[in-house]
Amino acid sequence: MKFGVVVFPGSNCDHDAFYVIDRVMRQPVEWVWHETDQLKGFDAIILPGGFSYGDYLRTGAIARFSPVMKAVRAFAEGGGLVLGICNGFQILCESGLLPGALMRNRGLKFVCRHVYLRTENNALPFTQRLSAGQVLKIPIAHMEGNYYASADTLDELESQGRVVFRYSTPEGAIDEAANPNGAARNIAGICNRAGNVMGMMPHPERASESLLGSADGRGIFESMVKALVSAPSSRLAETVHD
Amino acid sequence: MIEALISPEVVEQHGITPQEYLRIVAILGRDPNLTELGIFSVMWSEHCSYKSSRVHLKRLPTAGACVLQGPGENAGVVDLGDGYAIAFKIESHNHPSLVEPFQGAATGVGGILRDIFTMGARPIAAMNSLRFGRIKSSESMESPPQGRAGSSTPDNEESELRQNRRILSGVVGGIGFYGNCFGVPTVGGEIYFEDCYAKNPLVNAFALGLFERDSRSGKPRIFLGRASGPGNAVIYVGAKTGRDGIHGASLLASSEFDETTASKRPNVQVGDPFLEKCLLEACLETMEADAIVGIQDMGAAGLTCSTSEMAARGDTGIEIELNHVPQRETGMSPYEIMLSESQERMLLVAERGRMPDIQGIFSKWGLDAVEIGRVTKDGILRVRDHGEVVAEIPAKALADEAPLYNRPMKARKPLALLEKSSPRLKNLESVQPGDAFMRLLSSENLCSRRWVYQQYDHMVRTNTCILPGADAAVIRIKNTNRAIAITLDGNGRYCYVNPREGARLAVAEACRNLVCVGAQPLAATNCLNFGNPEKPEIMWAFSEVIDGMKEACEAFHTPITGGNVSFYNETFGKGIYGTPVMGMVGVIDDLAHLTSPGFKREGDVIAALGDLTPPTEREFLNQGTEFARVLLNASGAQVPALILEREKRLQDTILTLIHQGTLHSCHDVSEGGLAIALAECAFASGPPFLGCEIEIQFGIEGLSAWWFNENPSRAVISFEVGQQSRIEAICRRQEIPFQILGRVRKHDFKLKHLNNWIIQQPVDKLFGLWDQELERLSTL
Repeated sequence: MKFGVVVFPGSNCDHDAFYVIDRVMRQPVEWVWHETDQLKGFDAIILPGGFSYGDYLRTGAIARFSPVMKAVRAFAEGGGLVLGICNGFQILCESGLLPGALMRNRGLKFVCRHVYLRTENNALPFTQRLSAGQVLKIPIAHMEGNYYASADTLDELESQGRVVFRYSTPEGAIDEAANPNGAARNIAGICNRAGNVMGMMPHPERASESLLGSADGRGIFESMVKALVSAPSSRLAETVHD
Repeated sequence: MIEALISPEVVEQHGITPQEYLRIVAILGRDPNLTELGIFSVMWSEHCSYKSSRVHLKRLPTAGACVLQGPGENAGVVDLGDGYAIAFKIESHNHPSLVEPFQGAATGVGGILRDIFTMGARPIAAMNSLRFGRIKSSESMESPPQGRAGSSTPDNEESELRQNRRILSGVVGGIGFYGNCFGVPTVGGEIYFEDCYAKNPLVNAFALGLFERDSRSGKPRIFLGRASGPGNAVIYVGAKTGRDGIHGASLLASSEFDETTASKRPNVQVGDPFLEKCLLEACLETMEADAIVGIQDMGAAGLTCSTSEMAARGDTGIEIELNHVPQRETGMSPYEIMLSESQERMLLVAERGRMPDIQGIFSKWGLDAVEIGRVTKDGILRVRDHGEVVAEIPAKALADEAPLYNRPMKARKPLALLEKSSPRLKNLESVQPGDAFMRLLSSENLCSRRWVYQQYDHMVRTNTCILPGADAAVIRIKNTNRAIAITLDGNGRYCYVNPREGARLAVAEACRNLVCVGAQPLAATNCLNFGNPEKPEIMWAFSEVIDGMKEACEAFHTPITGGNVSFYNETFGKGIYGTPVMGMVGVIDDLAHLTSPGFKREGDVIAALGDLTPPTEREFLNQGTEFARVLLNASGAQVPALILEREKRLQDTILTLIHQGTLHSCHDVSEGGLAIALAECAFASGPPFLGCEIEIQFGIEGLSAWWFNENPSRAVISFEVGQQSRIEAICRRQEIPFQILGRVRKHDFKLKHLNNWIIQQPVDKLFGLWDQELERLSTL
C-alpha cells in the first residue's frame, strides 16, 4: 500500500497530510511533484490544501492544466482512491473530476475555525470506519468554500448518496446557522459516481490527534487504509448506490 | 557620468542633515553622486541605522546560556536542546499600514517571515500586535472622552470611527492574505484601540521559525548574512525588481506624516505571498544542499542594504553589475534599482562552482537565480551599470558608521492625579459593579478577538495546541514531547503614564502569560514604537522604557535577542503613546504540562493566587484601567505597583503547581481585572460552557475597585477539591497569597458578595455579548 501527497508550488498543507499518513497512520507515503505525469505504484493520492499556483485568478484554475492532474484523472479512472482536501477539492471541481464549484464564502472573508460535519454516507472507502450520521468536529480554513451546483446536480448528488458530509450543529441538525460559508444544502464534501474520488473543504489532517483539539478526522484516513488493505485499488468502487 | 548636481535641497529631500552630508564627503573624499547619496540616505536613515536608539539599546541584556545568536543578524536564535533551535523576531510596519493598510500589513508579514527563513529556519508561527484608533462610538460613554470634549462633532466622530474601522479591516485582511497563502499559522497577538493611534496605527509583525536537527552534525544549522570568501558569487534570487517601495525606509519609516500622506502610497510595496512561499522552499532546499555560504533578505533598502550589510559583516567588499539584476520595468536608473524595496527577493553568496545546483533548485520553483556580482577583498561596495562604476562606497561606512546620536532628553512632568473631589470620582460611586461588568464585556479592548483570528489560518502545519484567545499561543515541536509558547504584550497607556514602570509591567505580563500555559520563559524580542526622537520628552520616555525593560528582563532571565525600533509615529505633530511591545518565547518541556485558561470540570475549586488587596478608590480611578476608560472616561495618571521579586515568586509557584499536575486551568488576571478574568475562564471552557459560582464572604471597601483593578502578579486557577491542601502548602512555602473564590458550575456565571448578587447570568448569554462585539463594530 502506498499513499502519494501531491505538491504544487503553493501547496501548504502537504506536510500536514504527509505527517498524518506517515506518523499517525504509520503507512508508506511519498511526495508527488506537480510536474509528474504518471502515478504508477500508488494506491491513494491526496491533493492537499493550499494555493496551488497562487490561485490569484480562481482557485484551481491553473492546477487543472498541470501534468499531475492528467495523471490523477487516469489514476481515478483506474479506480485509485483520490482525496481532495480544501484546495484539493477546489482543484477536483475545476478539473471536472467532481461536479460543481466552490465560490467565495458568503461572508466574503477567510474563515478558520472548527465546524461540525454530519456523515451522510458511511459506505465509502473514505468513510467506512464512521457510523451513519456520525458527527465529526473538524476545522475549515478557506476563502472559497461556498459549494455551488445546479439544482439538478444537487438532486442527483443527493439521490445517488454522493453528498458525503454536511455542515451541522454539534447534535447533527442541518440548519443555516451551522453553515459557515453559504454552501448549497450545507454540503461540505462530495464524491464521484464511482465513489473513489472525494473532495471536502474541512481538513481531516488537522483533526487526527487529540493534542490538536480533535481526532475525529482520523476515521477518514483509517477508512482509506482499511479499503486499501481489503481491496486492490483497481477494484474499489461500486460502493455508491447508483 | 552625467548626474544631477547635489544641491542643499536635494540633500534635504533625502533626509540628510548638512552635518551628515559633510561626513559623507569626508568618507568619500569627494562629493557623492545622486545614486551614492540615495544609498547613504537609506542606510543612514533612522529605520536602518538606529542612529537615535543605538546608544540606549546597548543597555539591554542580550546574553544567556540559551542564546545562539543575539542582535545584529536577521533574527535572534535560541537553543531548545537536542539539536533543535528557534529563530524569532518582531518588526514594525506602521507607516506603510497607515498609507495603505492592506498591502502595508501584508508586506510587514512577508518581511518578518523572510527574516526568519534567511537564517535557515522554517517559519512555524506568526503573531502580530496591533493598535488602532477607537472604533466604538463615545455616545455609548457617560461623557465625552478626555481631551476630545468640544473638539469633535458627532459627524466628525462618525467619520473618524469609519476611518479607523477601515484601517482595522485592511490590516487584518492584509495579514490574513499573506500568512494564509504562505502557509504559516497566525496563532495569536494583541489588539488595542485608543485615540492616539487613530492616525498612527501600529502593525508589529512577529514570526518564529524552527531549525530541525541537522542529520549530519546533530546541531541546528544557522545561516548568516555574511559575504565571506573573496571571489565568491553574489546571487540575486526571487522576484524581479520594480519601482515599488523606493525610499520606504528613509521617507516612509523615518519621518512624520501630514496631509501629503496619501501621496506616499507609491512608496508602499506590494506583496506576493505565493512567490514568497516558493522562495522559502527554494532557499531551504539550497541550504539543505549546502550550496551557499551567506544569505540575506532584501527588505528595507533592498539591494543597498543587503549588499552593504553582508560585505560589512563578512569583512569584505561586494561588486555588482546592475545590468544583470532581473527587472520588471524598463528604463530603471541605478538609483531606482539600488533603492527599490520590491518584495520577495534574497541575496545569496556562494562558491562559484555551486551556481548550477542553485539555479537548478530555483528554476524548479519557477524563480530567477542570477549571478550579479562577486565578493571582493577591498571592503568597497562597488556598483556598476553596463560596466560603468555608478557608486563606490566603503561597505562599513554604510552599515556600521552611520552617525550615532545621543539626543537631548527631558523628563516629562508626572501627570496630574484626579482628586477625590473630582466629579469623575463621584461617578464611581454611582456605578453598579454588575452594570460595569456587562459594559466591560463588550468594550472594544476586552471583547473577543474571534472576528480577527478567524480570518487567519491559525492551524496550518498542525502544531497549534491552544487556539488563539488564551494567555499564550502554544506550538508543539513535532517528533519531540515539547512545545513552544509565545505571547506579545504591550501597554501603551501604562508606558505613557510612566515609561519605566510600563515597560516593567509589560515584561512581567509577558512572562506571566507564558507561565500560565505551563512554559518556562526563555528569551524575548522587542518592538519599540515611539514618536519623533528629536523631541526631548519622547527620547526621555524611550530611554526610561529601555531601563525598565532591562531591569525586568534581568529579573526573569529573559535576554532580548533582537527587535526593531520605529520612531516618527506622528501625524500632524501628534504622536502615539510610546508603545514597547514584548514578544516573549518560552518552552514547555513536557506536553503533559500544557495548561489552558478554560474551566475543565464541574465542581472544581476556583482560587486566586497573589495579593487581592485592591487599590484605594482614588488610585483605582487614576490607574488607567479599562474600567476607568469605559465607565469614567479617565485615561490614567499612575500605574499599579509591580514588585519584580514577588512577581517572579508567583510565576515560579505557578510552574511548580503545573509541573506537579495539580491544576486544571490557569489564567492571568489582567485588563478588566478579576471579574473579567473569571468570565474568560468560563468562555474558554466551551461550548458547551461551564460557569462558576463565586462567593466573597468578607467585607470589601469599594466593590468596583476590588473586582476590576488591574494589579499585576495575580492568576486564577481551578483544580480538583482533593488537590487543595497540596496547593495551599506550596503557596504557603513560597509565601504566595492563596484565596478560595468558589466552584466551577454548569451553565451560569454568578458573582456574589455577602449575599448580594453582583452578576447572575447564563454563560451563553454573556459569551454572545463578548463574542459578537468586534464583528458588529467592524461591519458598522
